[in-house]
Amino acid sequence: MKTFFNGPLWNLYKRELAFYFNAPTAYVVMVVFLLIAGYLFAIPLFLVNQSTLAGFLDTAPLLLTFLAPAVTMRLFAEEFKSGTAELLFALPAREWEIIAAKLAAALTIFALTLAFTLVYPAILLMLGDLDKGALACGYLGLFMTGLLLCSAGLFASALTKSQVTAFITGFLAAFVFFMAGKLTPYVPAPLAPVADFIGFEAHLENMARGVLDTRDLLYYFSVSALFLFLTRLKLQTMKAD
Amino acid sequence: MIKTENLERRYGPTVAVAGVSFEINAGEVAGFLGPNGAGKTTTMRMLAGVLSPSSGRAEIHGLNVEERSLECRRLVGYLPESNPLYEEMEVTAFLKWNGAMRGLAGAELEAAVSAAVGKCGLAQAAGKDIGELSKGYRQRVGIANAILHNPPVLLLDEPTSGLDPNQAQEVRALIGELRKEKTIMLSTHILPEAQSVCDRIMIIAGGKIAADAKTADLMACAQGGHKFVLTLANADDSAVRQALLALPGAACCEYEEKAGEAVFTVSSENDLRAAIFRTAAGNNWPVLGLERRTASLEDIFRRLTQ
Repeated sequence: MKTFFNGPLWNLYKRELAFYFNAPTAYVVMVVFLLIAGYLFAIPLFLVNQSTLAGFLDTAPLLLTFLAPAVTMRLFAEEFKSGTAELLFALPAREWEIIAAKLAAALTIFALTLAFTLVYPAILLMLGDLDKGALACGYLGLFMTGLLLCSAGLFASALTKSQVTAFITGFLAAFVFFMAGKLTPYVPAPLAPVADFIGFEAHLENMARGVLDTRDLLYYFSVSALFLFLTRLKLQTMKAD
Repeated sequence: MIKTENLERRYGPTVAVAGVSFEINAGEVAGFLGPNGAGKTTTMRMLAGVLSPSSGRAEIHGLNVEERSLECRRLVGYLPESNPLYEEMEVTAFLKWNGAMRGLAGAELEAAVSAAVGKCGLAQAAGKDIGELSKGYRQRVGIANAILHNPPVLLLDEPTSGLDPNQAQEVRALIGELRKEKTIMLSTHILPEAQSVCDRIMIIAGGKIAADAKTADLMACAQGGHKFVLTLANADDSAVRQALLALPGAACCEYEEKAGEAVFTVSSENDLRAAIFRTAAGNNWPVLGLERRTASLEDIFRRLTQ
């Protein structure tokens, strides 16, 4: 019987995920991320004696701009380099299924890494009080940021045979979305709202405050969709020229 | 069934395949021959649905490879040229995954994998990582992957490359077994292989089909001409050449000196052996050897592709 669990999407996803767990890169990336995040969390707790997530949440955007391209750099670049793209594209799977499966696998690793950081609010909950609604909303914001940055990273990976180039391109793309918000005070006044909207930080801040606005969700979904569309376009042009 | 009509493929200004038309029927094994860069791989990649044609059309079982891409890919088993494989996967896991991707499941999938493993002699390597395998075993994994889902059409791009003579023979035997129920197109550099395995030979040169005929017909056509190689101990080459060209039907005569011996090659439609012997004897030339060579597939190949 034909179900989702023996369809191409699920099979592709399973294999991509297995590759992450078979190679050391994913573990290294996760450990480094968690070490830095843990340090940033621990400093106010022990040095300033404050029970707050602020230290972690303030630096999370920059950390994520490194984490996402590190997770996605392999996805297409490695297939092009080893020639297995030839096998992949000869399989009876649609382009969007291949793209969606790769993105889903990267997001799974991303979400798993984020899930480990839930230890910090758990500690804070034991020590004091925390707005659980805002916390959940903030984590949703972090995940949505991951969706955006992983989509950009996936596109970067489809542009090259080299994982290093894919990482750098993916990071630069992520950095643009990171910096755009920070530039708001410096751009001409009419452009300020545009810069603010393009940067993900303003949207993430809204969600971290516990505000779930459709505008923010729309922002994340539309920018991610744009990158996924560009990825599909890239695969199609590769086939055509 | 595979059919192409004026299939063309350009990479920027370079024309890789320049309007290729052919039809391969079920039960036929067609050999695709040509020098490197002639357009063999590009043609096969278009048929496998990995590359889009620049113009013209290609059909698998009557379905256009561009418009009905997914259905076509289901009908095809494809062994790419360099045989890329997921190195970090185990052989069985790799085959199972590919089977699942092609819609096989449960007992059907298990049966397909064990049949492919058996046919390709992979039993010993089944539990190993693909990255650990020797080139011969890797090639078998590629072939097993191509035949796994029992596709009616097989596209094998240099199936015996990198195999030792015994393994190559096994692969040829396997192709022989599969030929009954399938349409097979294979590309190769090894001419005797094409001669022994294929019912039909297509020679491609410069992106165009230079010859397309049943293997037997092509061989018969090749055998129309003879070459006679006369080796003399020492001789005045111009005198010998004149005498040889005077023989009835002698078309051209080449001379070369090999290790101090004079070697003359005469082409002719007729059997000149007796006449050459009499000429040499009459002139008192010391004959070291006289040999008749029939044109081989290699000669045709060289003539058409150079």
